[in-house]
Amino acid sequence: MPRPECERQAATQPDGAKMRRWQRLREGGLEGVLLLCALVSVATTMGIVWVLFSESLPFFRHVPLTEFLFDRQWAPRTGQEYGILPLLCGTFLISILSLAVAIPIGLAAAIYLSEYASRPVRQIAKPVLEILAGIPTVVYGYFALTFITPHVLRPLFPSIEVFNALSAAIVIGIMIVPTVCSLSDDALRAVPRSLREAAYAVSATKLEVSTRIVLPAALSGVTAAVLLALARAVGETMAVAIAAGSTPKITLNPLVSVQTVAAYIVQVSKGDAPTGTIEYQSIYMAGLILFLITLAINLVAHRIMARFREVYE
Amino acid sequence: MSQADSAIDWQPVQFRPRLAARRVLGGLFGLACRLAALAAGLVLGCLLWHVWRQGGHLLSLRFLTSFESTLDPLASGVKSPLWGTVWLIGLTTILAVPVGIAAAVYLEEFAPRSRLMQLLHLNIANLAGVPSVVYGLLGLTVFVRWCALGRSVLAGAAALALLILPVAIITTREALAAVPQSIRQAAYSVGATRWQTVRDHVLPAALPAIMTGMILALSRAVGEAAPLIVVGAVAYSRTVPTSPLDGFSALPIKIFNWSELASPEFVQLTGAAILVLLGVLLGTSALAVGIRAWYQRRRLW
Repeated sequence: MPRPECERQAATQPDGAKMRRWQRLREGGLEGVLLLCALVSVATTMGIVWVLFSESLPFFRHVPLTEFLFDRQWAPRTGQEYGILPLLCGTFLISILSLAVAIPIGLAAAIYLSEYASRPVRQIAKPVLEILAGIPTVVYGYFALTFITPHVLRPLFPSIEVFNALSAAIVIGIMIVPTVCSLSDDALRAVPRSLREAAYAVSATKLEVSTRIVLPAALSGVTAAVLLALARAVGETMAVAIAAGSTPKITLNPLVSVQTVAAYIVQVSKGDAPTGTIEYQSIYMAGLILFLITLAINLVAHRIMARFREVYE
Repeated sequence: MSQADSAIDWQPVQFRPRLAARRVLGGLFGLACRLAALAAGLVLGCLLWHVWRQGGHLLSLRFLTSFESTLDPLASGVKSPLWGTVWLIGLTTILAVPVGIAAAVYLEEFAPRSRLMQLLHLNIANLAGVPSVVYGLLGLTVFVRWCALGRSVLAGAAALALLILPVAIITTREALAAVPQSIRQAAYSVGATRWQTVRDHVLPAALPAIMTGMILALSRAVGEAAPLIVVGAVAYSRTVPTSPLDGFSALPIKIFNWSELASPEFVQLTGAAILVLLGVLLGTSALAVGIRAWYQRRRLW
């Protein structure tokens, strides 16, 4: 957009030059204020990075890196054990299980919305998905603890613990279905109509068109959707803190209690660990790990999305 | 391999449409997709029904206006967390909305299209994906300790404001981008400056969409518990904040605290508190929908 040219007209008025200078000053000043507001986001990023690195540095002064990476126990309060593996294992277990719930449901729902549903159905389904995404995560945690575990999972697996990874993973899966579904839906609908018509012309069924034509063409967008959902699952805190308990351990058994990196931060914070203790420093270390993992996933997802946009627009 | 190929070459090609089988398969697939879409709605219904069954009978005006009771849990109320949440909404709005709109206006209307700006966009998109608990750590360090705000409602609101800022900026930018270019050009053609164009024409035209986006971003802040726990909201409180520097509780914190207590009366209390929280969220969403409907009747383009 070129800057508007009002100089010539203003110059014909008696105090035109003065007015023009004042106007230019005001424009410049306002633009500066707006720029400052935009830079708040940069300051936030730098603040996050600075705080996490500088505050977790003391932790690594107490704990050697080899112990941190390879010790198989995490017990900062009782055992002075600082191995990150149990927390990472819990995070991994719950994220993978929640994707196992969210990908089939989210993708199938996206295919339904983009290939099958009529306009009125879409107009009802989209807000319902938005509501599902807007429900606070503490509510999902409560639902997992007081409904899914006792009424759905206990009849199937009698040996399941009160706090367990599976119930938390199921609700996180439900929580991220809207992310998977709406972004995949966008990707599927961006596939040109002509591709579908060509397949229908040689008498392909809807199943064949959806899975062999549309889905492969939209694969990059769908992948990005799944990655963004994964980042949310990794960073999800409250549902895990409520429903999965607080027992860090290395296991792939979803029926027992585990702890994730994010849930550990909340567990320590609600107990008011005094400033300066190793326990207090360890939550910054956990935050740093969490930040780096989600940042990596998000960056890959955005890169894939940017590429996919180039193809269709 | 080549032998097999030549063997096939000699046979007449037979196209077997297997239409019946493929139609059955296709129908089953369609059904499965329908069920998946339905499942989302079913889970939502199930969740609401479960919460209502647990906590519905406790809802009353007394539940909203009384403090927590340690002697008789079922006589407890959510006055303190409810007011904490109201304070948080107010302060977060004051902190996040002006900055969010200003940043979006700069990025959409003023910023040059350069590599640096692309980095800024990527930065905002990535900030939107940072886990909320990390914003809690940021708030704890910067606002609680460095700015010496203490574990106050202002520190909590500031952390929430930073949390929702990326979403607020992204939705506001989308709203501004939806304003037709012709409106800007018309303003420029009669000699308006860039700021006058934005203030008098682009912002008013985009206002309904901006407001809906802001309200949805704020409703995300209302349900957040993790950053507030890290910043230091208290779970048990018998006071109501009277200044921004007072300690505070909030509905999601109370829900978390009660849901950790296993006895049945606390399960019911949690249900009731969740209903209050969902009520607050429903109110804000209804406001957003209402604003959108109200403005759409007098849309400019």
